[in-house]
Amino acid sequence: MSNVKEVLFGPILANNPIALQILGICSALAVTSSLSVSLVMAIALTLVTAFSSFFIAIIRNHIPNSIRIIVQMIIIASLVIVVDQVLKAFAFEISKQLSVFVGLIITNCIVMGRAEAFAMKNGPVMSFLDGIGNGLGYSVMLIIVAIFRELLGAGKLFGVEIFTTIQNGGWYQPNGLMLLPPSAFFVIGLVIWALRAYKTDQVEAPEYKIAANSRAQEAL
Amino acid sequence: MEHYISLFIKAVFVENMALAFFLGMCTFLALSKKVETAIGLGIAVVVVLAITVPLNNLLYQNLLVDGALEWAGLPGVDLSFLGLLSYIGVIAAVVQILEMTLDKYVPALYNALGVFLPLITVNCAIMGASLFMVERDYNFSESLVYGVGAGVGWALAIAALAGIREKLKYSDVPAGLRGLGITFITVGLMSLGFMSFSGVQL
Repeated sequence: MSNVKEVLFGPILANNPIALQILGICSALAVTSSLSVSLVMAIALTLVTAFSSFFIAIIRNHIPNSIRIIVQMIIIASLVIVVDQVLKAFAFEISKQLSVFVGLIITNCIVMGRAEAFAMKNGPVMSFLDGIGNGLGYSVMLIIVAIFRELLGAGKLFGVEIFTTIQNGGWYQPNGLMLLPPSAFFVIGLVIWALRAYKTDQVEAPEYKIAANSRAQEAL
Repeated sequence: MEHYISLFIKAVFVENMALAFFLGMCTFLALSKKVETAIGLGIAVVVVLAITVPLNNLLYQNLLVDGALEWAGLPGVDLSFLGLLSYIGVIAAVVQILEMTLDKYVPALYNALGVFLPLITVNCAIMGASLFMVERDYNFSESLVYGVGAGVGWALAIAALAGIREKLKYSDVPAGLRGLGITFITVGLMSLGFMSFSGVQL
């Protein structure tokens, strides 16, 4: 039972796909300028990861090793096509805003990475849970970044005004930079800093150590 | 001609794949520790983009778009929903063929690029360029120029980042930011620099 919990919730803080495994960063940056779009993206990615892990785990003993990447690709691509068509049918506005990033779930390294690292070695149910867990880790990161960017950039959340902006006679001067691409990098960098300050075992070792001062007396 | 030049400049600088659209970020961050590796990977990306984007353009225009199958006696057939599956198939196949051809005929180049080629299949910059090509409705020659331009822009960005990171490793970074964190902030600053190109009207 504790194993299930670890597989499902481990990726959220202890082994976050974005902050520690460096996977799936492309879409994490590009879709986070508004919260509703990020939420749709997070749900889509979680579903695709969970189901692709599930299906790959079912047939894992029948896939010849040399063509496993192509088999995984085809399963993932078919699932993404389903998601893309569903979004176009029921949430056309959001699918327009997501533009190419729905299609890019195929090449999102989280999906491939989990298929390769977990689903090829474990049973379908555990793989499904692992997919959900990693999807949740990704979603949490995406939502945190989107909250910062939309709230500070436009004074809104889900398109509803939280801080009344100066243009509407309020007090908040929106920070336009937060809606531009560079701020996504800054926010993720700072979130990683915060996470590693809390979980100090994730801190990377320095590549280069500055030698300590070898003189016996105080420097001048 | 002028149209193509401005399309190229736009693809390299204004709409830089890595810094304005965040495509290919995983490899961008993971393999940018050394300038040499970064340049090798950059060249591989340019080559693969220059082949796959025009190829996918032909595929889209002649087989997938609404009404494209008229020559086969199927005027009402719209296969564009199969796009994603076909593009990734083309990319995986091209990368595989390129790897085998280089191995047989240009072993020197294969040894330099070989390790990066399989990584490129899952590089979202490659897939992204094909999807942008479809979304913006480029014709064949435009897609060729766009493919090369997008590749050059990406290669330029990763080479520049690797240059910065080579120097950065000597600096004393706060513990929690070490490695990934400071790289994100560096890329953010680079992206801010590239934003200044967005004022260029072409």
